[in-house]
Amino acid sequence: MHIFVMLLVNGLAEGALIFLMAAGLSIILGLVGVVNFAHGTLFIWGGYMSIWVFRLTASFPLALLAALATGVIMGIVFERLFVKPVYGKVTSQILITLGLMIIFTDMVRLLWGPNPIPMVRPPWLDGTWVFGQVIIARYRVFLIAVGLFVAVGINYLINKTRIGMVMRAGIQSPEMVQALGINIKLYFAAVFAGGAGLAALGGALYAPLVGSVWSGMGIDNQILAFIVVILGGMGSFYGSAVGSILIGLTSAFTAWFFPPLTAYSTLLIMVVILSLKPEGLFGLAVRK
Amino acid sequence: MKPLLKVEDISSFIGPFHILQGVSLEVYPGEVVVILGRNGAGKTTTLRSIIGQVPPARGQITLDGVSLLNMPTHMAVRAGIGYVPEDYGVFDLLTVEENLKLAMRQSDKATLTRRDEVLDIFPDLGIAYKRLAMTLSGGQRQMLSISRALVNDNKIILIDEPSKGLAPIIVERIQNVLMTLKKKTTIVLVEQNFALACAVGDRYYIINEGRTVLSGTVDDLIDDTALQQTHLGLVLT
Repeated sequence: MHIFVMLLVNGLAEGALIFLMAAGLSIILGLVGVVNFAHGTLFIWGGYMSIWVFRLTASFPLALLAALATGVIMGIVFERLFVKPVYGKVTSQILITLGLMIIFTDMVRLLWGPNPIPMVRPPWLDGTWVFGQVIIARYRVFLIAVGLFVAVGINYLINKTRIGMVMRAGIQSPEMVQALGINIKLYFAAVFAGGAGLAALGGALYAPLVGSVWSGMGIDNQILAFIVVILGGMGSFYGSAVGSILIGLTSAFTAWFFPPLTAYSTLLIMVVILSLKPEGLFGLAVRK
Repeated sequence: MKPLLKVEDISSFIGPFHILQGVSLEVYPGEVVVILGRNGAGKTTTLRSIIGQVPPARGQITLDGVSLLNMPTHMAVRAGIGYVPEDYGVFDLLTVEENLKLAMRQSDKATLTRRDEVLDIFPDLGIAYKRLAMTLSGGQRQMLSISRALVNDNKIILIDEPSKGLAPIIVERIQNVLMTLKKKTTIVLVEQNFALACAVGDRYYIINEGRTVLSGTVDDLIDDTALQQTHLGLVLT
């Protein structure tokens, strides 16, 4: 039983991290219609910026805020300068966002060097709680709390605000939203920036979990996020939330019970779900 | 009297296709102008060009003396245009209430009063107010689409084939609603249903192969069977 609880916490924590990246990726795909291959580089920049600020200020909240702000600013720059001119041109979008991924990942190597940089957990999040045989890392609980907070926040934004109404309507028909007198392109930019901010926040939270940042960490997590977006249903926020938890739990339990299968478990679960429901778990949201 | 909407010799492309090759029309305050023509003549593209969804490559469009040319769609619409597309354009994943709220450009007393009036005209929408739009019937979706154009203080409403795909009894209701609306606002109506167009319209324009080829009063058109047959393909028995 204690193993089950510990794996559950580990899986949910990993799911929360994947969710931060996948939620933005999915909403950007659903509303803006852009497959953003530069999402992974925002994750990396979030990680590096948080370490930089953490070393300067010794404040972990400030480091997270700096990562979030970096992601948002990079998102605005990416959208306005590079993505906006290629809206509706899928091939160009893929090439441009892949180019951005390569350039900005190399820029990290130029600025911070090619070697991994260690990151420690802040003292108040370090250590474990012990309940009998159950040992739970505080930082993992913190990750679950942040993921939950972000999920509740996005859910409120989507269902209870005018911005959310525009987003839900825009996923179906951006052209008709404009025909109601709403400047949908401003919402495109805001969603792109928000999604980028979440990815950077994910990177900042990932660094203390694994103890370092390195320039290759973006692509690994981006692949996981893409798997979540596809199996959750492209463009669906709920799909990305459920998909992230599913992938997180699958990884954690497989790593414990069937270690040789760990590398393939996420792909396996994607294949199973897509065979049963080709549009993904919540694929109804996309009706383009 | 100056025209409220003036379209002068516009030319529009969709991709490489030259759809509009010289469409002109004038709409005066308080009248219902119907745009007629065969399938693919360019009627829908004319409406989409007016609101900037298919920006004209040349020509001029003015609303109340203000040029709409090169204006993005949201700005053109905000100049005072209500648009009802032929596929209704309602948002399935939003409730009826949210569809109306999204269309409301203001939330002042006048706008809320207009919304209440709209719900009086279409009581079905009041009943389905909290339901997702995806659960509505075709007729109810059309009513919702028209309602969204009416909740704002628009100068003109562009309506694209409101009878398309609807049962005769629903078409009759839509016709009655249009008759009510014509007393309150200016309307440009694209319509294939000749009887509906004649019942509601004051003047007409016929578009053929992307060009305005004829215009006049609807009363004259009703009397001219030869013209109907030549330009609209109507064969009267």
